[in-house]
Amino acid sequence: MTTFTQQHARIKKHRGIGAGAAGISLLLLSIVICLAVGSVDLPLGDIVRILLHHLPWVGEYIPVTWDPSSAQIMIHVRLPRVIMALLVGGALGVSGAAFQGVLRNPLADPYTLGISSGASVGAALLIYFGLQYAFLGQWTIPVTAFVTAVMALFVVLRMARENGKLPIQTLILSGVVMQSFLGAIVSFLVAMSQDGINEILFWTMGSLAMRGWSYAGILLPYFVGGLIVLIAYSRSLNMLALGERQAAHMGLHVERTKWIVLLTATFVAAAAVSVAGVIGFVGLVVPHLLRLIIGADYRFLIPMSALGGALYVLWADTIARTLLAPTEIPLGVVTSFLGAPFFAFLLIRNKRKSQEG
Amino acid sequence: MREQNSMNHFAQMADARPAPLGEVILSAQAITHGYSKLPVLQDISLEIRKGEWLGIIGPNGSGKSTLLSILSRAEQPTSGEVQLYGRPLGAYKRKELSRLMAVLQQETIPPLHYSVREVVEMGRFPYQSWWGTENEDSGPFIDHIMERLQLEQLADRRIDRLSGGQRQRVALAKLMAQSPSIILLDEPTTYLDIHYQMQFMDIIRDWQQECGLTVVSVLHDLNLAALYCDRIAVLNEGIIHGQGSAAEMITRECFEQVFHVHAEIVSHPKVNRPQVLLCPEELYTSVE
Repeated sequence: MTTFTQQHARIKKHRGIGAGAAGISLLLLSIVICLAVGSVDLPLGDIVRILLHHLPWVGEYIPVTWDPSSAQIMIHVRLPRVIMALLVGGALGVSGAAFQGVLRNPLADPYTLGISSGASVGAALLIYFGLQYAFLGQWTIPVTAFVTAVMALFVVLRMARENGKLPIQTLILSGVVMQSFLGAIVSFLVAMSQDGINEILFWTMGSLAMRGWSYAGILLPYFVGGLIVLIAYSRSLNMLALGERQAAHMGLHVERTKWIVLLTATFVAAAAVSVAGVIGFVGLVVPHLLRLIIGADYRFLIPMSALGGALYVLWADTIARTLLAPTEIPLGVVTSFLGAPFFAFLLIRNKRKSQEG
Repeated sequence: MREQNSMNHFAQMADARPAPLGEVILSAQAITHGYSKLPVLQDISLEIRKGEWLGIIGPNGSGKSTLLSILSRAEQPTSGEVQLYGRPLGAYKRKELSRLMAVLQQETIPPLHYSVREVVEMGRFPYQSWWGTENEDSGPFIDHIMERLQLEQLADRRIDRLSGGQRQRVALAKLMAQSPSIILLDEPTTYLDIHYQMQFMDIIRDWQQECGLTVVSVLHDLNLAALYCDRIAVLNEGIIHGQGSAAEMITRECFEQVFHVHAEIVSHPKVNRPQVLLCPEELYTSVE
């Protein structure tokens, strides 16, 4: 005999697994399609075979039947870019879900605590003074942007901190103050720079062009580590939804949870921003979209936001590099341009649904 | 039949005093809170015994909610100490404390997208490992609570689709799932209509009597306090004005000194408890 609880748990689990399986299949399909799209046509069959060929164990059984130059383009140009899109999107999605969980504010996103403007100031200063490749070569901007992002975060936390606690309202306001202050510096540098094509502006709109495997390698540990920590805290985020005080009375270490989740989510997002620039809207809209589809349970929402973010940025980047090829549209422009109307559509549909039922 | 039972219930309750008193399980010792010349609480000492229902009453701003916050460790007193089972409250681990003590606040569960059952299950958090598993399957226990609070039909309904009364019932079910030995209630019936108020108080009363639960509640409705509480503490301007049985505390003098209103106190015709009849100012002066 199965009790009501077991049935209930099973139904929920099934729904979760179903959504996860659908998401992963969609992701795999999207990867193959996005690899195929570009200035040189690669047949879908070849793409699957090249990918399988590079897998351990399976690879030996796949005979080489394709043009070696296709393999070159795929492995060294398109695949790293696709992987970067997945990692950056996943990082922003999961970070956004975590921010919304802790701050319990629908407008919260990974940039709420000022890391995007922190990173932008670092990058803008380097570009303005022509130091993009000084000190550390191609890593100069990412490393500097990460450092300035983390500095901005610590100033915000310092401003908001009160007797070892982090009151949410103060925290959000401190973030807003920081964003507008640093934003002003970036705008000043943009206005003062003499170049025809403004490199600072382009950096702040985000891009995945010219990021090879090494960038993906740097981002991967942040993403995986962050994802594991945030999944472990997903039940705590569910409890926080009841309000901090109720959660505390039910046995949750509220302040500890807030610190850990906020720091983890920020580091994950800061890593993404410092390699790819400021890609807007993903961290805000992906968790909201998924909440409308799979519900508000963070045990599903956290991993699904990683998946959803990855999918979203993958498609946005594919559009960014192909729509006006050979010109690239800044990625941040595409994410916002696509995201806003789609989100509006879902909101309206949801409103109608709740009115009917 | 049911009504008769509950009437007997009350009769027994009234006759049984003085009830055999249990050990002191929660005590406030010389609690002072706030730094200014007029602290929110001033030298409060209070003992709460196992199985009793203590009501805390007093006018707005008398420090009732602050006292409850301090008793539940949501706030630290400026000086003084709270002890639970002889240990300072601060010495308990967060989850350990939540297994012993549960708190129901005035503002109920926010309008969330979680289902009723999901929220009730959250009450098991202090018993769960970090991965969310428990030593024993709590499913049947949750089923029992849902049945008892008539929430089975609503199990899959989302919290934001519930009425205020239903939501407070869910909050109570979550409290029961926590299976504490002492509960603190901060004006739990404020937003409920008369039906749900009585239902709520009856459920707490049954729970108290069946399981030897200890209840500390801040109550605004003095008639409800007089009917349900075993003992009443009157708080005024941060000090304890007096504590004792309902008959000792709910008096004309208390109303004039503490609440600054005129009232007539009558005995409830069916149970031996005082009830309050309020007198408007002009009526009072004309009668006098």
